[in-house]
Amino acid sequence: MTLKLSHLIRRFAGTAGLDDVSLDIAPGEFLALLGPSGSGKTTLLRILAGLDYPDGGSVMQGDRDLLKINARQRSVGLVFQHYALFRHMTVADNVAFGLRVRPARSRPSRTQIAERVEALLKRVHLEGYGKRYPAQLSGGQRQRVALARALAVEPELLLLDEPFGALDAQVRVSLRRWLRHLHEELGLTTVFVTHDQEEALELADRVAVMNNGRIEQVDTPEMIYQQPATPFVCEFIGKVNRLTVERRGGQLVSGSATLCDDPWDGRYERALAYVRPEQLALSAHGQGDSWEARLRHIYPAGSVTHLELQWEEPDQVLEMDIASEQIARLSLRQDMTLRVRPKVCTLFPLDVDGHVQASDRVMLRWDV
Amino acid sequence: MTPLSRPVAWPRRLAHASLIGVAVLFLTLFLLLPLATVFYEALRQGVKAYFHAVTQDEAWQSVKLSLLVAVIAVPLNVVFGVAASWAMARFQFRGKALIGAFIDLPFAVSPVISGLLFVLLFGAHGWFGPWLDRHNIDIIFAVPGLVLATMFITLPFVARELIPLMQAQGTEEEEAARVLGATGWQMFFRVTLPNIRWGLLYGVLLCNARAMGEFGAVSVVSGHILGLTTTMPLEVEVLYNEYEYVGAFAVASLLAMLALLTLGIKTVLEWRYGDQIASHGAARH
Repeated sequence: MTLKLSHLIRRFAGTAGLDDVSLDIAPGEFLALLGPSGSGKTTLLRILAGLDYPDGGSVMQGDRDLLKINARQRSVGLVFQHYALFRHMTVADNVAFGLRVRPARSRPSRTQIAERVEALLKRVHLEGYGKRYPAQLSGGQRQRVALARALAVEPELLLLDEPFGALDAQVRVSLRRWLRHLHEELGLTTVFVTHDQEEALELADRVAVMNNGRIEQVDTPEMIYQQPATPFVCEFIGKVNRLTVERRGGQLVSGSATLCDDPWDGRYERALAYVRPEQLALSAHGQGDSWEARLRHIYPAGSVTHLELQWEEPDQVLEMDIASEQIARLSLRQDMTLRVRPKVCTLFPLDVDGHVQASDRVMLRWDV
Repeated sequence: MTPLSRPVAWPRRLAHASLIGVAVLFLTLFLLLPLATVFYEALRQGVKAYFHAVTQDEAWQSVKLSLLVAVIAVPLNVVFGVAASWAMARFQFRGKALIGAFIDLPFAVSPVISGLLFVLLFGAHGWFGPWLDRHNIDIIFAVPGLVLATMFITLPFVARELIPLMQAQGTEEEEAARVLGATGWQMFFRVTLPNIRWGLLYGVLLCNARAMGEFGAVSVVSGHILGLTTTMPLEVEVLYNEYEYVGAFAVASLLAMLALLTLGIKTVLEWRYGDQIASHGAARH
C-alpha cells in the first residue's frame, strides 16, 4: 500500500528540520532521499522509522496512521550509517536479535531462528561468519550484517541511512550494484538517504532532492538530471554553468552573448540560465548565435576531456566536456579562441525582487 | 634510520635512573611503608595477640556493620548511578548542567560537613528530629544514619564512571534495538547493560572501597556506640584512642586486606577480560 507523507513539519532549534514535506512512496519502490547535510533527509528517515516524531503532518499507509504506531511495532528495517551493530554480540546473535525479542507467542523456535539466521547470512554472502564479533569484520561486511539484521524481522519497509557513506570507493560501487539486485529480488519498499548524487541517480527508481527541509523535486533519475525543477537541483546534481541573463529587446542576453528569444513575452527582466558542461558544443565560425571564448585550460580525464573556457564579456569561466578524441581531431590548444553554443539550457526567470520563479521554468533545446 | 637499540649516552642514563629512583622512593615512602606498618604493628605482639584482637566481639561487630552498610549503599548507588547516567547521556533537558554539578557535590564538600548535614536534618534538634522521635525512628546514632551518610558520600562513583562512557557510546545501538522490536527492558538488559558493564563494575568497586573505608561523614552520625554503630574505620579510631594499638592495627589490617582484595579483583578482571575492555573502550567502529 502506498505510503503517504503529508505536510510533515519538524522544527529544531537552529536548523531547518522539515518544512512542509509531502511525498508518496509506492510499494516496492526504491526511493533515494538526496541532499546536502542538514537538508532534513535523515530527519525524514527517522520519522519513517519511528525514532523521531514530526511537529505537524501525517504519515499514512492506507488507513493505518504510522505516527500512532511506535518504533518497535512498525515493522520497519533500518540500517544505520555506522551500522550500530551490537558490539558485544556475535554476528549470528546480532541477526537473531529481532526474532529473540519477540513475545513468546510469536517468537520462532530456537532451531527456526538458527535456520533463519543461517539463510540470511547466506543471502548477504557471510556464511561462516556467524561466530565472529563486529569488531572482527571489515566495513563492507559490517554493513551486510546490519542489512541481514534488518531483514530478519521481515520488514515491510527498508530504510537505509547513508548505506555506503563509511565505505571506501571500490567496495561502495560493488555493494551498490549488489543492493540493487537484492532489492529487485525481495521487492521490498526501500528508502535510502544519501548525499552522493551518483549513488542516488544510479540506484533509485525515483529521487527526492531535498534542501533546507524541503523537497525540491521528486522524479526519476533521468528527469532529475535532464529537467531539473529548481536552480538548487541544477546546481546540486552534476556540474553546471550558471549564467545571469537579462532581457534586451526581445532577446535574453548575457553580456555581449545572445542566448535566445525571450520566452516569457516580456514578463521578466532577468533570468538564470543553466548549461551543463556536456550541453555545450563547439560550433563553426559565423554559425548562428555562438559565443566566442578563449580556451584557458585542457584537463584530460580519460574518455572525456574537461575544457575551461574564459569568456571576456561578461567575465566568466565556462566549463565544457568533450570526447577526448576530438582534442586531436580539432587540434585544440591552450589560448585558442573557440566558438561554442549551448545544445540544452534550463532557464529560471527572476522577479523584480530577484526571487526565482521556478514555476515559469523553460527548457530550451537547439539542434546542433 | 636510527638503530632500535642505540647506545644511550651517560647523562641520559643518569637521568633515567634518577627519575625511576624518585618514583620508587615516592611509592615506598607514601604507599608501601604505611601499608607495611599497619601489618607490622598489628602483628607486633605475635600472631596470637592478633587473632585475639580480631576475634573480639566488638571488632567482629564492626566488620559486620561495615559490610552491612556497603551491602545496602552500593546497590542503591548502582540504581541511582545508572538512572542518572541514562538521563544525563540520553536526554537534553533544562538544568542538566546543574544536575551534573549536584552529582559531584559529595566530592566537593568535606565529609564532615556531609555528616553534619544529616545531623541537622534528622538529629534530636534537627528539622525532622521531633517528628522522628514521636514515631520512634532512630536515624542519627543508628544504622540508618550510617547508611545515609555513606550513600551521600559514594553517590558520584557509579554515575561519574558511566556518564562519559554512555555519552561516547551514543544512542544508535539502543535505537537499533527499538526498531528491531525490543521493549524498553529488553533494550536495557540486552544492549545498554552489556555495553556499560565494565564501567559499571569499576564504579561498583570504587564505590564499595569508599563505602567500607569512609570515616568523616560516618563519624559525625555514628555516636561511636561500641559494637552498635562503629564501622571498621571508627573502630580503629576508638581502639587507637584507648591505646589498644594491637587491636587498632589489627582492624586496620582487615580494612587494608579488603582494599587489597578489591584491587586484586580489579586486576584479575582486567587481565582476564583485557581484550573486551579494550574493544569496548575503542568505541564505535
